[in-house]
Amino acid sequence: MDEKIRHILEILENDARTSPEEIASLTDMSAQEVSQTIAKLEETGVIRHYKTIVDWDLVGENYVYAVIELKVTLERNQGYQAIAERIYKFPEVRSVRLLSGDYDISLTVRGKSMKDVAFFVAEKIATLDQVQSTSTHFVLKTYKEDGVILHEPETIERLPVSF
Amino acid sequence: MRPPCDPSKFVADAVKNIPPSGIRRFFDLVSGLEDIVSLGVGEPDFITPWHIREMCIHSLEKGQTSYTSNYGLPDLRDALSRTYYKRYELDYDPSSEILITTGVSEALDIAVRTVVNPGDEVIIVQPSYVAYVPSVILAGGKPVIVSTYREDDFSLTAETLKPAITDKTKAIILNFPNNPTGAIMTQEELEGIADLVVENDLFVISDEVYECLTYEGKHVPFSSLDGMKDRTVMLNGFSKAYAMTGLRLGFAMGSPEIIHSMMMIHQYSMLCAPITAQIGAIEALRNGNEEMERMVREYDRRRHFIVRGFNRIGLECCNPKGAFYAFPYIGNTGLSSSEFAERLLDEKKVVTIPGDVFGEAGEGFLRCAYAASIDDIRKALDRMEDFVDGLKQ
Repeated sequence: MDEKIRHILEILENDARTSPEEIASLTDMSAQEVSQTIAKLEETGVIRHYKTIVDWDLVGENYVYAVIELKVTLERNQGYQAIAERIYKFPEVRSVRLLSGDYDISLTVRGKSMKDVAFFVAEKIATLDQVQSTSTHFVLKTYKEDGVILHEPETIERLPVSF
Repeated sequence: MRPPCDPSKFVADAVKNIPPSGIRRFFDLVSGLEDIVSLGVGEPDFITPWHIREMCIHSLEKGQTSYTSNYGLPDLRDALSRTYYKRYELDYDPSSEILITTGVSEALDIAVRTVVNPGDEVIIVQPSYVAYVPSVILAGGKPVIVSTYREDDFSLTAETLKPAITDKTKAIILNFPNNPTGAIMTQEELEGIADLVVENDLFVISDEVYECLTYEGKHVPFSSLDGMKDRTVMLNGFSKAYAMTGLRLGFAMGSPEIIHSMMMIHQYSMLCAPITAQIGAIEALRNGNEEMERMVREYDRRRHFIVRGFNRIGLECCNPKGAFYAFPYIGNTGLSSSEFAERLLDEKKVVTIPGDVFGEAGEGFLRCAYAASIDDIRKALDRMEDFVDGLKQ
């Protein structure tokens, strides 16, 4: 990979709001060059999306999250893609992954209450023909989300002057 | 009652002769000030990567708190030997050519004491780290200063080195990538130095602690040059590359004769380097590459940012290719380095280190460490711009 592209991607992965001017001064490029590179990265799908990690608890929106493990039976002529597509179209579903191991698919669901989530799983997911069994785990606390630690990060005390 | 005495009369002449360090005064100036932004720190602002700390903790839990071999843990020497073979095809025997030390500071002290007889001249290239001159003085040697210049991007040239060599010259201390200038040396430039080293039968102490922080070009260990391995002791450590400053771990690599002699001092003064740090260092070498490269890329971005910033506010700054220091020229403001740094601290609460602390050749420059967050660097640059604009009025 081109080193400049790696720099741009690392900067944006860390903070998607970094301006092209700032990226330019961090990478010894011109702002125009940075903008063009980012446009190309967006076009080719390298950069998929820009989003914000929100701590909803702090504004009193107490979302409930659950991780749900599914065992599925595959039908003829239909791979995992078909069942994944049926599932990921629900807005309640925040992530869908195909896994190796004891179960096949793992999804994360967000709802306004435990009851909400439980009903969603019971009515929309468990009832799908291909779904053999579900196992629902409610999230009690999230410590780290997508690389971001959700409380005070570690800091160090350094001497203000040293050689 | 027995008479009182003046304890200072017991202090040896060699210690009394150590030139005063500029840092003490600066430290006093800084303490008590609030809202300061510091570019004065010579250490990473990253915390030691977690996998390294976790390994240290685990070793403590297992009760690994004993002495190690005087040379250091065999696994660590082995890992170093493999690392340097892989990086540069340098072949150091882990059983006789590597010594683990308590930081590069100790390695420097014992390397100098190993080669210097009273009266020997040791060439020190300046601007450079502040410990070289005192180390030579304490060993009874005579420091001979050779300067590097901005016009040469602060690299050492054979032409400037040559006149400093006399029949009393025993060794030369090199420090590239350089603290404070950020200069590195190319293979070609080093070859010219190596020729002089052979012609005059000199020994080289090469402090390469910033080796991994090389952003442009490839680091060339002095010992990797043809015929230089037995004439060189390479000093290096884990502080800068792996953000392990307080763990105090360094190493020396050289011929069995030199390493064994250094070990003779080390075994009585230090016995061995701390085992916890040695275990962390093994983990760093085995699994730390990715984190280290991530930190280096982050420094690289800050480097571009700060250099562009200085040039924008009118403090000419040549491009530092290694270490994590920018060395802008402030000579055309009409202030000396220390006047500039002191007033900048006093008026704008920005800590920098005056260049002359690193030798006379540093007069007219400031050392600004960019091992600080982008926000702090930005804040420092803004305040420095105000300060410089104020000087013009």
